[in-house]
Amino acid sequence: MNTELSIKMPRCKGCGICVAFCPKQVLALDELGKVQVVNEEACIGCGQCELRCPDYAIFVDKKVAK
Amino acid sequence: MSKARLMQGNEACAEGALAAGVRFFGGYPITPSTEIAEGMAKLLPKVGGKFIQMEDEIASMGVVLGASLAGKKALTASSGPGISLKQELIGYAAAAEIPVVIVNVQRVGPSTGQPTAPSQGDVMQARWGTHGDHPMIALSPWSVRESFDTAVMAVNYSERFRTPVILLMDEIVGHLREKVELPEADEIEVYPRRQPSCSREEGYEPYTPSEDLVPNPADFGTGYHIHVTGLIHDETGFPVGSPKITREVIDRLHSKIELARDEITHVEEYFMDDAEYAVVAFGGTARTAYEAVLNARKKGIKIGMVRLITIWPFADKVINALAEKVKGILVAELNYGQLVGEVERAAAGKCQVELCAKYDMTIFEPSEIEKGIDNLVAGGKA
Amino acid sequence: MERSYEQYFRQNRLPHLWCPGCGNGIVMKSIVQAIEKKGLDKDKTVIVSGIGCSSRASGYMDFDTLHTAHGRAIPFATGVKLANPELNVIVITGDGDCTAIGGNHFIHGCRRNVDLTVVLFNNSIYGMTGGQSSPMTPTHKKATTAPYGAIDRNFDACKLAEAAGATYVARSTAFHVQHLTDMIASGIDNKGFSFIEAIVQCPTAYGRKNKMADPAQMMMWMRDNAIMKAAWDKLPDEKKIGEKFPIGLMHHEEATDYATAYEEVIELAGGKA
Repeated sequence: MNTELSIKMPRCKGCGICVAFCPKQVLALDELGKVQVVNEEACIGCGQCELRCPDYAIFVDKKVAK
Repeated sequence: MSKARLMQGNEACAEGALAAGVRFFGGYPITPSTEIAEGMAKLLPKVGGKFIQMEDEIASMGVVLGASLAGKKALTASSGPGISLKQELIGYAAAAEIPVVIVNVQRVGPSTGQPTAPSQGDVMQARWGTHGDHPMIALSPWSVRESFDTAVMAVNYSERFRTPVILLMDEIVGHLREKVELPEADEIEVYPRRQPSCSREEGYEPYTPSEDLVPNPADFGTGYHIHVTGLIHDETGFPVGSPKITREVIDRLHSKIELARDEITHVEEYFMDDAEYAVVAFGGTARTAYEAVLNARKKGIKIGMVRLITIWPFADKVINALAEKVKGILVAELNYGQLVGEVERAAAGKCQVELCAKYDMTIFEPSEIEKGIDNLVAGGKA
Repeated sequence: MERSYEQYFRQNRLPHLWCPGCGNGIVMKSIVQAIEKKGLDKDKTVIVSGIGCSSRASGYMDFDTLHTAHGRAIPFATGVKLANPELNVIVITGDGDCTAIGGNHFIHGCRRNVDLTVVLFNNSIYGMTGGQSSPMTPTHKKATTAPYGAIDRNFDACKLAEAAGATYVARSTAFHVQHLTDMIASGIDNKGFSFIEAIVQCPTAYGRKNKMADPAQMMMWMRDNAIMKAAWDKLPDEKKIGEKFPIGLMHHEEATDYATAYEEVIELAGGKA
């Protein structure tokens, strides 16, 4: 896909808001209760997760060619 | 041409504050302090300053602290019930080290008490009114001219030590009209707002103390991005939960005043050269005590007077030395007995200490203090 | 992944102390994004807050910041603004801070039309002290001091602000992030007392007591119950039921702000600013 998800792990408190608002089930909480990307391919880059993250921990960017 | 003017203590207080550089006043009407607010409402806009009448006494205290942080020297004035309401934010000023002067024109309490009647019943409130351990500076004038002078001193001390200063007036002096000559602007020493010692890039910390133990937090709007809080904070200004820093901060708040204690403890002595006894008094009561001392001297009693201008920090050294010198001290105060406890503590049993108290709406008659003097000379407990 | 709004945070203070899922972080981001949008000078912007969960925001924001006493943010902010009118002053407060202990200051700030932008983080509860009812806890909702449900009638802070004289009044929620940012940005534009109520979720102290412990669920409640003002106005009364509430610009009028009015006083007195 064209989007890249990045996470600032020290900021994540595992509230699950990003998981709940993701329309494509891209995200899940891991066994420590922090966010993890489980299906990056499905990401449509809508940015709902970033928009509502209260801890500024998740970011959605367009993939740049490396 | 004579520069003499007839004016009230409250008016002189407003003029003094203005002369010391006060450019912001926030207040709420209350007898017998209202003339200070009225004076400021008239005078401040003439010099480009700002006056605001707030919705209550708490807001009045808040608005002056905000103005002070934004770089303006600030004043508020009130009396009994209003001063009680201001207490939380007086503590905030002590903790966050914000310069501000609070005038208390004392009236009879407790509660609504006797709004138009004089009292000196807020001596201990001035010291301990707000919660927690904190230092306090309180000054008390006895004349109209001194209302001007102590207002200047109060503003200067608040700026120099970055601490709230209480100008502890009373209704007697506040409403007293006298002929006065006020000093010219160039005769008045004004302590300027303290400035940051270095730039942000050089590692500036707003609450790092200078040599005099006073920090230099930058005024808002000057690019330093400081954080101000009433929580216990370290040099950076941010709150910390550390026992060590909590102790150090409270120590420093006290030490910065203690370091200058002798210098800021102002007293005046009258007829003390040959005195065997002394009256200790302050504010409006000292005026009556002065006459009582004169009358007692006419009767052959070798008595003098020590007048406290600085009420807090208390003149421990002066009173201790006085107790060494005289046989007895009479404390005359317009309350149930507040300052007398401090005098007893400082005298440390070195001489007899008696109280001449009054708390009935009326000021002392000289004869009442003379009776107190007779009682003192007779060994007390009359 | 670096976002330009991060420049407005004190990076060494993050992550913030708010509970997992707390909406305060969302509103704080909206505020700095509104500041960025309006291009306010960081050196000439002051954040003033009271006491409570919301009011901890000031410590994270890289401006001159003033964390005052409980309920007293508006008087302090009034002093800052009048003493130096070139400063942009933004007040952060909570429902208890603003409408209970600070209620008197709030209405008088509105009345004077002091040029402040006041953002009320409404979490419907006293969060920092562990979940006591506030004047904005909806009637019948539970709190530790209302274990059988609150019997108090709750304030509508927007109506209160409008009635008291605020010249800009708006409401949004932590769900409607971009809308919230816009509401705050327009509040900054208004030269006068601007009031923005931001409804935030408090899963810890409010949600748990009221069968909504999941923060996302609380945000979905906002999504499902908030109605844009224009649509709300067209809604017949019988449909304004349940927990539905309007969001958007609630009130705007032009009036001289206090500092500008005082300039006239200075002129009348023959002084110079």
